[in-house]
Amino acid sequence: MIAIVDYGIGNLHSVFKALERLKAKPRITDNQKEIKKAKGVVLPGVGSFGRAMEQLEKKELITPLLEAAEKGIPFLGMCLGLQLMFEKSQETTGTKGLALFQGEVRKLPPTNKIPHMGWNRTHFLRSSTLTSDIPTGSFFYFAHSYYVVPKEEHDVVIGICNYNVTIPVIINRDYLWGLQFHPEKSSHWGMKFLENWVEVTKK
Amino acid sequence: MLAKRIIPCLDVREGRVVKGIHFENIKDVGNPVELAKKYEEEAADELVFLDITASYEKRETMVEVAEKVAAELTLPFTVGGGINTADHVTNLLKAGADKVSINTAAVLSPTLVTELADKFGSQCIVVAIDVKKTWDRITRRSYWEVFINGGKTPTGKDVLQWASQVEKLGAGEILLTSMDTDGTQGGYDLSLTRKIAERVSIPVIASGGAGRLEHLAAVLREGKADAALVASIFHYGQFTIRQAKEFLHKRGIPVRMDD
Repeated sequence: MIAIVDYGIGNLHSVFKALERLKAKPRITDNQKEIKKAKGVVLPGVGSFGRAMEQLEKKELITPLLEAAEKGIPFLGMCLGLQLMFEKSQETTGTKGLALFQGEVRKLPPTNKIPHMGWNRTHFLRSSTLTSDIPTGSFFYFAHSYYVVPKEEHDVVIGICNYNVTIPVIINRDYLWGLQFHPEKSSHWGMKFLENWVEVTKK
Repeated sequence: MLAKRIIPCLDVREGRVVKGIHFENIKDVGNPVELAKKYEEEAADELVFLDITASYEKRETMVEVAEKVAAELTLPFTVGGGINTADHVTNLLKAGADKVSINTAAVLSPTLVTELADKFGSQCIVVAIDVKKTWDRITRRSYWEVFINGGKTPTGKDVLQWASQVEKLGAGEILLTSMDTDGTQGGYDLSLTRKIAERVSIPVIASGGAGRLEHLAAVLREGKADAALVASIFHYGQFTIRQAKEFLHKRGIPVRMDD
């Protein structure tokens, strides 16, 4: 079973349906026990950094999420979910993130239209399990106003895209993955991404 | 580089996709899920579903449509039409919609836009603006007036001010429809689109008037739109989305091609 973490906000139905199509047995849940015994954890999200962390705290989900990550259960943060895996965000100063990655979340520079909305090319900096069989330079769907700036950039950034600023969009260390784009909304290459991740959860 | 988006718009009435001219003379053009799937195969970038009856009949049937579409599609889509409460938005997003578009309710209670943007994030909130060129008898000049209730009610608002205001209120995108060009297939209103696109720093989707592929190129280039909404020319099979994208690609406009 793959746990899709439900913390009261966010579009969970599409992620659920996408995983179901990949025959992955997803379950939308806010239950600590279910998260603990899951073969994979998906942290989706829309909305603001502060509100999301507040909801996770209220539902007492922070500890189970950190434990899942610690145990090496494949963990996938998507869009805001990726941002929550960092230490802090300019969106809500004073709120602590999950800090699974070092670094912070910053506002996109105002030289372009914000939100960064639509399909952009993603370039892979090196090969990785999740990008296998996907050509570098493929388009993925984005909808965000903030972006992650990892401290240990060279170690964790797998993919980038350009929007006047270079945005790290695929982050990975061990069994932790974060995607700034929405794989469940990115047509066939997005589905391939999810399929590759589902394969990891079976191991 | 961020691709310019081609967004088929499906006007939905009683669960069926329809198309009208100048918001009237409605014709049936198909089933939402079937059309959505066809467009996804053709590499549409996004879809918009507008419930064209909801504004005045206050129906909330679109949640069902959103659920069915989300179950079959791996494309982002927006739902609009008659949305006026945070609960309604929650239901649509939970059903799988990525964004909602607010039109009449944004004009009647602008704070709703801010409330929704705070709750769900600006990227979920599209403000749709229907505009018609109007002669102001007092100032003796014409201006682009904002209309609500599916184009039936004039508001006296100038679109230039309104566009800036919705940006400040927290909208993540503007869906701009020219009622003068909508359904005519005579081309988008380029000067209106350009004025708004240059004025705000959120993306602008141009709508109303696509008839030939040149119109798409013009609104994305001269009109400076970030995306073009299209309906008739694709529903009736005059052109496919793929043909449109090849046409734009050849003219150096960045679009997402199948690759």
